[in-house]
Amino acid sequence: MNIKDIIKPENIVYNKTKLMTDNILSYCPGCGHGTAHRILMEVIDEMGIQQDTIGVSPVGCSVVAYDFMNIDMAEAAHGRAPAVATGIKRLWPDKYVFTYQGDGDLAAIGTAETIHTCNRGENIVIIFINNGIYGMTGGQMAPTTIPGMVSSTSPYGRNIVTMGNPLKITELVALLPGVYFVTRQSVHKPGNVRRAKKAIRQAFENQKNKKGLSFIEIVSNCNSGWKMSPVDANIWMEENMFPYYPLGDLKFDGKLVEKTSK
Amino acid sequence: MKGNEAVAEAAIRAGADAYFGYPITPQSEILEYLMAEKPEERTGMIVLQAESEVAAINMVYGAAATGKRVLTTSSSPGISLMQEGLSYIAGAELPCLVVNVVRGGPGLGTIQPSQSDYFQAVKGGGHGDYKLIVLAPASVQEMADFVKLGFELAFKYRNPVMILSDGVIGQMMEKVELFDQQPRLTTFDPAWTITGKTADRERNIITSLELDPARQEKHNQKLQAKYRQVESHEVRFEKIECEDADYVLVAYGSSARIGQKVVKLAREKGIKAGLFRLITLYPFPYEEIFELTNSAKLFLAIELSTGQMVEDVKLAVKDRKRIEFYGRFGGMIYSPDEILSVLENIINEKS
Repeated sequence: MNIKDIIKPENIVYNKTKLMTDNILSYCPGCGHGTAHRILMEVIDEMGIQQDTIGVSPVGCSVVAYDFMNIDMAEAAHGRAPAVATGIKRLWPDKYVFTYQGDGDLAAIGTAETIHTCNRGENIVIIFINNGIYGMTGGQMAPTTIPGMVSSTSPYGRNIVTMGNPLKITELVALLPGVYFVTRQSVHKPGNVRRAKKAIRQAFENQKNKKGLSFIEIVSNCNSGWKMSPVDANIWMEENMFPYYPLGDLKFDGKLVEKTSK
Repeated sequence: MKGNEAVAEAAIRAGADAYFGYPITPQSEILEYLMAEKPEERTGMIVLQAESEVAAINMVYGAAATGKRVLTTSSSPGISLMQEGLSYIAGAELPCLVVNVVRGGPGLGTIQPSQSDYFQAVKGGGHGDYKLIVLAPASVQEMADFVKLGFELAFKYRNPVMILSDGVIGQMMEKVELFDQQPRLTTFDPAWTITGKTADRERNIITSLELDPARQEKHNQKLQAKYRQVESHEVRFEKIECEDADYVLVAYGSSARIGQKVVKLAREKGIKAGLFRLITLYPFPYEEIFELTNSAKLFLAIELSTGQMVEDVKLAVKDRKRIEFYGRFGGMIYSPDEILSVLENIINEKS
């Protein structure tokens, strides 16, 4: 039996969604972007809203997300995706509008746009990929780089005295009244992928029901920027990123989720 | 009606779909007028006060990407903040209208009128090789009319259009005849607008990014070809008593209003003066000014700046005739008598 005998329609158990194009992903092997793209497109496919969805890509590794997502998209200036999405959504209130942004884009240069778009309660979805580093420009310190973490611009580790603390922007936006749903997920294990996809579905259902802004942080690895193997990066993420950025819902149905102490 | 109010009312009547803006003197009346007028009830037009000029121009980017008719307005420091967005809008070839009611600079400068943003508007402003189509109104009537014209040009060329006004035209009151209400857009070009990918077409992407240098060069060539089209079809100007003029004043906007009075005063004294009023600053009427070098002896460029537009006048005149410049700045405005005496001094000095 050779490979051609195996690749037959009757043997297919899992397929790439048709909302992902056939373009080769530009992401590093082991990166979470590909999975995040895929579950996002699966949700749009499953909801049957391709013809009503407009995405906004950021500046960063996912700048060319429009090469991979088979939907209408606009590419925003660095950090401005929420403003661009506001412009689209205000004029097309019945369309589904989302932004897909990294930590440098959303939590550094675009902080004002993020906070004010959330505060206005724009009825959109924000997908926030947090890998604690500037991936595309080669591994510089991000607003979300955790204390002590090494990057090319914090080569001796992030010193919070001189470089400031990592910004917990997800906690920040959860406090804003215009924000309806805030959750923090990951896509490094099958169970996490399923939960992240469920959260994305929830976010788009919220938009459908005109509930206001849904904000999904996906804590992800950057094995290239972190200078680790994909497996080591995922272990490092669990041991170092998750304690600082704990997974789970922060706000659900417009209400802050009570933290239970372990 | 104030010039700023005329812009606001004209935007509603031109069938604009949205306005995004941030308050700044001397043009805040535009946002105030729009909010008071409730255009959403009149035409369905959306008005949103953004958190900054940076956000406002990017809201314009998003809205324009869907093929809608959108505008923003600001004044000099705010327009500086919009330069990033304008570069992206030009690169992505999105139609939109931006009104700059200019005040004096640099920096926070002054809230008084000035014409010191000519270079920024006409020569670029943001990064990269791009052009805005720039219209210079000289009356409240033109503040209104150029909103409509601006949208027409923006959509004709898929290019941002700027109305370069100033605090004089924005704040002054004049009679204005407003055009009738135009309908808002109901169809959006499926070739490029992002309104949701339907089964009958490929996905549309609005971007200014092209990482392949050969393709980015091609994109730039396409933009340049478009600008050449604009240059050959859209030059607009007004010649006032230029036919027999020995001395031609070159001006735009509020300076052109003052220049018109100078011509009248000069003619009363027997000085054959004329005014060449620029209406489009880009495209610039190089050839039309050059033609006047056959009859005129001297060109006097006047601008409320330290001398920006005069550089284009020099390019137009090509050293064939003498060119002088007179400007006031920092919010100071020259009087017609002041300019007339400048002209007389130049003439006397020459003879």
